[in-house]
Amino acid sequence: MTLLTRGLTRRRVLQTGMAGIIGTGVAPMMFTKGAWAQEFCNNPTGDTVTFGLNLPLTGTYAEEGADEQKAYELAIAHLNGEGDGGLLNVLAPSALKGNGILGKKVVYVSSDSQTKSDVARAGATRMIERDGAIMITGGSSSGEAIAVQGLCQEMGVIFMAGLTHSNDTTGKDKRRYGFRHFFNAYQSGIGLAPVLGQSYGNDRRAYHLTADYTWGWTQEESIKAATEALGWETVAAVRTPLGATDYSQYLTPILNSGADVLILNHYGLDMVNSLTQAVQFGMRDRQANGKDFQIVTPLISELMAKGAGESVKGIFGTSNWHWNLQDPGSIAFTKSFGAAYGSPPSQAAHTAYVQALLYADACERAGTFYPPEVIKALEGHEFDGMGNGKTLYRAEDHQCIKSVLVVQGNESPTSEYDVLNVVQEIDRETVAYDPSIFGGDLGPAEPAPMCA
Amino acid sequence: MFEVIFLQFLNGLDKGAAYALIALGLTLVFGTLGVVNFAHGALFMLGAFCAVTVRMFLTMETVTIDPTKLSPWGSPLEVREPLVQAWLGDFGAVLVNYSVPFSILITIPIMLLVGIALERGIIKHFYKRPHAEQILVTFGLAIVAQEVIKSIFGPNPIPQPMPTDLRGAADIGAFLGMQANVITYPLWRLIYFVFSAVVIAGVFAFLQFTTFGMVVRAGMADRETVGLLGINIDRRFTVMFGLAAVVAGMAGVMYTPLLPPNYHLGMDFLVLSFVVVVVGGMGSLPGAVAAGFLLGILQSFASMTQVKAIVPGIDQIIIYLVAVVILLVRPRGLLGRRGVMES
Repeated sequence: MTLLTRGLTRRRVLQTGMAGIIGTGVAPMMFTKGAWAQEFCNNPTGDTVTFGLNLPLTGTYAEEGADEQKAYELAIAHLNGEGDGGLLNVLAPSALKGNGILGKKVVYVSSDSQTKSDVARAGATRMIERDGAIMITGGSSSGEAIAVQGLCQEMGVIFMAGLTHSNDTTGKDKRRYGFRHFFNAYQSGIGLAPVLGQSYGNDRRAYHLTADYTWGWTQEESIKAATEALGWETVAAVRTPLGATDYSQYLTPILNSGADVLILNHYGLDMVNSLTQAVQFGMRDRQANGKDFQIVTPLISELMAKGAGESVKGIFGTSNWHWNLQDPGSIAFTKSFGAAYGSPPSQAAHTAYVQALLYADACERAGTFYPPEVIKALEGHEFDGMGNGKTLYRAEDHQCIKSVLVVQGNESPTSEYDVLNVVQEIDRETVAYDPSIFGGDLGPAEPAPMCA
Repeated sequence: MFEVIFLQFLNGLDKGAAYALIALGLTLVFGTLGVVNFAHGALFMLGAFCAVTVRMFLTMETVTIDPTKLSPWGSPLEVREPLVQAWLGDFGAVLVNYSVPFSILITIPIMLLVGIALERGIIKHFYKRPHAEQILVTFGLAIVAQEVIKSIFGPNPIPQPMPTDLRGAADIGAFLGMQANVITYPLWRLIYFVFSAVVIAGVFAFLQFTTFGMVVRAGMADRETVGLLGINIDRRFTVMFGLAAVVAGMAGVMYTPLLPPNYHLGMDFLVLSFVVVVVGGMGSLPGAVAAGFLLGILQSFASMTQVKAIVPGIDQIIIYLVAVVILLVRPRGLLGRRGVMES
């Protein structure tokens, strides 16, 4: 009673007691939240964990899909401790141990997306519902990426996008469960325009041919804005169907349009066909407005350059990565891929490989496969050693911010793979941008949806 | 503006040449055998893959591994030696460079055999069956051919380079005495047009000026009477099926530098070619050729920016729109004969 009169009232005792109960009972749960929230979509209970590879093995972007498949198989081998370890040896910081992910061996299932968004979505659904994929990755078209990451958000499965370059992927269509390592059309514009200005001058008239889907639209918008800021005039922007094969009807109007630059907002086989046919129409031998006619391909890959052959010589574009970069990460990956497959990797292969490793590393750091925790581990994560210099997985839009390459078709290649030269490496500060400019909403991570 | 219109006209001729060649073969088969051959597009595709196969043989290499050297990507250096050049020297290099035109020589006998085998093996059993059954069996054949090619060559297009001397563009404006560098057109597309014109003229001349052709024309007009005269019209019609296959195959070979062939190539052209035949008039050879060029030219003009500004997307539907109008106004087609495919 004496004690009580000193201020230790019954109410005080009750308050202290409750605080004690909360302190000792509930607070530790904050640190073990993943442990009690293990009921989530495709929680791996056996000794394996399954990746779902959604790859365009046929269709316009089939070359990229085939190279992505090789890269994923290599990444999975390295994650399981097989082969030379590849980029596991240079990723910093890294929680990867080379014993799978969280002690579980990585296996995979795959699906041919046919470079079609609806097929990609159906394939991803099948891999999640039937095959128990914990994570979906791959794709070489922004249409596919946007369709699949929307699905993954609904089903509570993380999507690590493959090659997708539309601003919309991490812009207006961004999703909490979707992550992109590849750069985007806006960054291509920022990186490429100054080089175009230096090489072709500021008084140019551009004609755009654009693949008629999300990537083409944002690519056209971005490169138009960047070149118009230089002083270039846009003569016309004409949309072409994705997968078009004969571009003659689109090319003939250019010849007498008053344009002196043709900008091909095409990718994959579309670009190989349109560039080759533009050259067949004599565009690179023409003069217009007293200047040499030029062709520009804002996004280009070594696979496309190889397919276009002679036509690509001297053509400017941008790339996410190139195998002849001389940093330790690029050397390690090129060596590892070359030893396995006898050819250097493409930028599609690189981004696919890196995405697989980054997901695995995030799981290891989170200590769980529980998607909201893995998302937290990826958001704002800064890493190095993967061939693009210091890279930030930006939390606001899930876009990797890293350096961008301006490349040019090699005039004198020494091999069939030596088709592009890196002209300039644009640092990440230059190509960074305010994530709010493209709008969109990531949506919630929790409660994690449960797939059926 | 004249240059723009002239270029679109050339484009139309180029497209029309492909449509006319395929439609010509389709009409030959329908006019002689009375069979609606949905496998005709597959014959175009098979011709294209004859070119692919010939090039594969011509570009065979011996590959030896040099263990003392590494490639820039770290794998042991592969030393490749082209076999044909090693065997035939400069002539081998010329053969590789001109592999597409050279393929024509190989394609003709192959497609003739394929055509005759198809007709004798399967199609002859369907002469007296309804058109619907003919369509089903030939469509089935097309799918089988497609899947066979897919399993051998894979699903993706295989680019075929044109000869180096025939790349680039011809300055037609300068040739016509106009300002240089204003009207230029790809050389290979002009060659394709000339090639088509020669093949079409050859087929017409064969039917018009040879005894064989005369008998075939007589058989097309009245099969029974020709048979009663003691002429084995069936054998001649079999040869005509083979000829139609050869025409489709050659068209496919020459198209490969313009459009990398894949297994689906035939289907892409088949639908358009049927529209061409319907517009031209079922069974009419001149109708098929005229409609091929007409629709090619219309499609080309419909894709002009000025036209699309007025009617967006018109380039995608113009051919089908014309077909609808023709079927409404003149159901037997532009040059179709009375009674053909009419009940």
